[in-house]
Amino acid sequence: MSGPNDPYDPKEVSALSDDELAAAVTQGEAAFAAATDLDTLAEAHTTHLGPRSSVALARRELGALPPQARADAGRRVNAALAALTASYDARRSALEIERDERVLVEEAVDVTLPWDRAPVGGRHPLTLIQERVADVFVGMGWEIAEGPEVEASWFNFDALNIPPAHPARETQDTLWIEPADNGVLLRTQTSPVQIRALLARGAPCYVAVPGRVYRQEALDATHSAVFHQLEGLAVDEGLTMGDLRGTLDTLARAMFGPQVRTRLRPDHYPFTEPSADVDLLCWVCQGTSTEPGAEFCRTCRSEGWIEWGGSGMVHPVVLASAGIDPERYTGFAFGMGLERTLMSRHDMSDIRDLVEGDVRVTAALGREG
Amino acid sequence: MKLPMSWLRDYVELPDVNARDVAERLTAAGLQVERVDRLGEGIEGVVVARVTDIEELTEFKKPIRWVTLDDGRDRRQVICGATNFGVGDRVAYARPPASLPGGFTIEAREAYGHTSDGMICSGRELGISDDHTGILVLVPDLPLGDDVVVALGLRDDVLDISINPDRGYALSVRGIGREVSIAYGAPFHDPALVGPRTGSGPSYEVRIDDTEGCDRYVARGVDGLDPAIASPQWLQRRLVLAGMRPISLLVDVTNYVMLEVGQPLHAFDRDTLTGPIVVRRAAPGERLRTLDNVDRELDPHDLVIADDSGPVALAGVMGGAATEITAATTRVLLEAAHFEATTVAYTARRHRLPSEASRRFERGVDDALPPTAAELAIALIEQLGAGRRVDGVTDVDHRSPIPTITLDPELPGRIAGVDYPQSAVEDRLTEIGCRVRASSAGFEVAPPTWRPDLRLPVDLVEEVVRLEGYAGLPSTLPRATAGDGLTRTQRLRRVLSRALAGAGYVEVLCSPFVDAESGDRLLLDAGDPRRPSVRIANPVSDTEPYLRATLLPGLFAAAARNIARGLHDIALFETGPVFRSRGGGKAPDLKAGVRPSDDELAELDAVLPDQPNRIACVLAGNRETAGWWGPGRPAGWQDAVEAARVLARSLGVDVTISADRHSPFHPGRCAALHIEGELVGHAGELHPRVVEAFALPARTAAIEVSQDILIASAPDIAAAAVVSPYPAATIDVALVVDRDLPVAALEAALRAGAGELLEALRMFDLYTGEQAGSGRKSVAFTMRLRAPDRTLTAEEVAEVRAAAVAEAARRHQAVLRS
Repeated sequence: MSGPNDPYDPKEVSALSDDELAAAVTQGEAAFAAATDLDTLAEAHTTHLGPRSSVALARRELGALPPQARADAGRRVNAALAALTASYDARRSALEIERDERVLVEEAVDVTLPWDRAPVGGRHPLTLIQERVADVFVGMGWEIAEGPEVEASWFNFDALNIPPAHPARETQDTLWIEPADNGVLLRTQTSPVQIRALLARGAPCYVAVPGRVYRQEALDATHSAVFHQLEGLAVDEGLTMGDLRGTLDTLARAMFGPQVRTRLRPDHYPFTEPSADVDLLCWVCQGTSTEPGAEFCRTCRSEGWIEWGGSGMVHPVVLASAGIDPERYTGFAFGMGLERTLMSRHDMSDIRDLVEGDVRVTAALGREG
Repeated sequence: MKLPMSWLRDYVELPDVNARDVAERLTAAGLQVERVDRLGEGIEGVVVARVTDIEELTEFKKPIRWVTLDDGRDRRQVICGATNFGVGDRVAYARPPASLPGGFTIEAREAYGHTSDGMICSGRELGISDDHTGILVLVPDLPLGDDVVVALGLRDDVLDISINPDRGYALSVRGIGREVSIAYGAPFHDPALVGPRTGSGPSYEVRIDDTEGCDRYVARGVDGLDPAIASPQWLQRRLVLAGMRPISLLVDVTNYVMLEVGQPLHAFDRDTLTGPIVVRRAAPGERLRTLDNVDRELDPHDLVIADDSGPVALAGVMGGAATEITAATTRVLLEAAHFEATTVAYTARRHRLPSEASRRFERGVDDALPPTAAELAIALIEQLGAGRRVDGVTDVDHRSPIPTITLDPELPGRIAGVDYPQSAVEDRLTEIGCRVRASSAGFEVAPPTWRPDLRLPVDLVEEVVRLEGYAGLPSTLPRATAGDGLTRTQRLRRVLSRALAGAGYVEVLCSPFVDAESGDRLLLDAGDPRRPSVRIANPVSDTEPYLRATLLPGLFAAAARNIARGLHDIALFETGPVFRSRGGGKAPDLKAGVRPSDDELAELDAVLPDQPNRIACVLAGNRETAGWWGPGRPAGWQDAVEAARVLARSLGVDVTISADRHSPFHPGRCAALHIEGELVGHAGELHPRVVEAFALPARTAAIEVSQDILIASAPDIAAAAVVSPYPAATIDVALVVDRDLPVAALEAALRAGAGELLEALRMFDLYTGEQAGSGRKSVAFTMRLRAPDRTLTAEEVAEVRAAAVAEAARRHQAVLRS
């Protein structure tokens, strides 16, 4: 940049003298050091480093010097400028740190203050457990099947090899849709979806069915007319009871953790043959409460095992009802109550907590993924 | 079925094992032992003693006795509060140091001014009965000083076994004994292995008219019945332990035989019978007074035992009062018959008469048993000296042979996933009583008469696998065919539900049952599909016989319940089906085991009600809570309408809001919600009358939408946004319009006028004060404009703004606010 001095109008160049420069540096450094806040420092900057400061003037004078003198003078001016700038920068950062510390302390707040302005939502634990089991089965390559809750009795009973005289069909168990002899009911189990899935997909078929079911029950601590089941159905060539067991073990581990122990016990269901109940070893007493003289176990009622669900190899009549050749295909199926599973998982004792819609239940359990 | 171990040991040569071990093995074999009652356990130091002196202590409020006892060794003195005994009686004396069930120890102690040296026990204290009205008075001839546990045979274990409906044979000592013998490989002596005495000729004329309902009827006579003879203690005790009540010797004997071998027996007073016995269905209008003294109208499906007078018993269920055994009976006709399971099941249920007999017939009784059981009963009556047999046996037998089952010997192993040797298969089937013959087709298996449940090869498979043990099954995983994961609907349902939870709504699962008036309380029109229309014939509660046709009443109840529990700020949601009648109709009668045709399946589905899935929310109290930051904000119609936007946004679709009048909403605060022109539902504040009818707080807001339509409206593949790298121009515009003009309409006009350069439009202010003019309001919007390919010039921005304002002016006479 060219200075304001032109060669035709030379000015006094005393500003370039050694003494003057040294004085400017000394005075500037002193002023910077004396500044106690950033505003004062800014003023000092204007005075000692600003466009009208001695060094700035000296710099402008350089242009008027003969070239042979300019280099030397330039070096001296630059040195003075650098010294002042360094002094200023050091002071400014010191003051900034000082200010920041002070300001940040002044602005400190009580971070423990609540900020619960927005409401907190949550999903029902029964919804979450249904999704969780669905994910377990999807992970194994299964699909999730569904069916209507108001169902034809053929799907709920006949096709599942439950004959007309079977006690389950009686009004003390089944809620029938009016008129009662129309053969329409509230499904008592998720098993009718077995038939629907097989009719829709044919074999092979691997489906899990979480869903709502209904029974003629008065509400108490352990019974509800409306509850949820998980149904599983696999139909393929060469499936065995070992496959059933392995699948149940996988599900049990997913629901209760790797330490869970299962047991299959012969039982009877019209839609499976052979049939088996699935029990879980009581995770509280590990079965020890059955010993004579042992303390009573509230969780398993000192039975050692906790009944979890029913299962078995799909009855040939069931396969045939869905048009599957029972000579070629075998299958296994299982079903368990999801309320019971959930209550076992969380050691809950009253099913009413799950059906009454109290938000505190969801608050406690509804955020578990 | 309750079974004392002592009875079991009569027929099974059991090794020295305890009842719990037996219980575990039975459970593993499919006979689930629900509990084991240890009788007489924990009793120590209780001996037989004789009362030698009683001093009544009268200074107390209740009668107290100071009793002197002779225990065969010493004289002992105890305090006793009971008065049901006298000098000379033998009693159960707890002689210190003694112990009683439940861990009670008995020591000498001070009571009523004396040192009571032990105590006299009641039946309940000894755990042998519920009787605590007095102490237990023992039979006179017991030796003094003997341990009462031994003297009374108190020590026994009773297994309580839950019997599955396919295992009728296990409702007997005989059936369970066979299972126990298999479980231990212990020798079994079949109590039914007695040669029936045939005698000379028939005993009584019997005709079976309905051989389907009854394929066998054995009748035998007993004469000279002595009603004075009671059942002996051992027999009574076994009945009691098995859960039955002793009644009279004859009835006790029939029950005892039934418990032992599983064949129900019935005894008629022979002198009350007139003419031959006929087994037939009831005629219309016929009646029978049964043993429980109820006069019953019979159904033509009921199978009855009749004589010339008409029905005298409900076959397999209960006898008639007129032919009952009484104290005056001397001549008895004993019936041992085989009735068809379904017939008995229906009759028992029709008349609500479950009995020990019907329970067994329903589950299947061994049809070879009738003559044996009758003989066992008569032999026992004779042995007890209570009567004598009449010569002759009537045995009307219409049984059909049991079909044999052809079994591939490898099938059990193939289904179990275990390599069972053929010999194991054969052995297991033989153990349960089958006759197994190898043939070219595999095994020809003839099930025993007591296993009518064995009909298919898989039935035999279960027998083999359960006896080989489920514990030995491997744990393998099938290789499922590759699946498609969750369906689109399943995925989007999760999205919707998560969106609501994320927006602060709490999910609840409500009762789907509603009352008939819920539609009225919602102010619904007569033809509104949300009125309950699917009725339950046998509802859980008579006051709520319908299935919900809208989610709202359940949510309202849940909201009210939470508020009643002190949780006032409520935002609830529920998703799920509702039920709407489509006229119904009778489902076609289809068979089991045959795939219905597609037409038949369509017919089945056609009788079902419509079951659409819906989503609903309800809000009350504060939506934003009050706090140190300031006041709270009450929930209102805005939040309910916003819930629609939350749902739509989560699926990537736009919802159009418009004013509507629609129950149960406040007519001025109700929004219709449309997606691409299709109505998805309504939201807003509830009508004050609805609020009142459901006992909700004032200004409760709600929304209900169709989940099905929402999901269907979601794009399969969403379009990607064009992300322009050029700078945006943001301008504001304030318009004055009629106060009644919906902001959404004004916004639509601005959008239409602004055209493609409009990237975003947001209303940010509303002014209805004086300066807007009477009946007018000022609405301010901010517009963000951006071009995909260039930086917009100031002129372009002004043009867009002007075009937007012009369109608003054209449509709604909007004027720019100066």
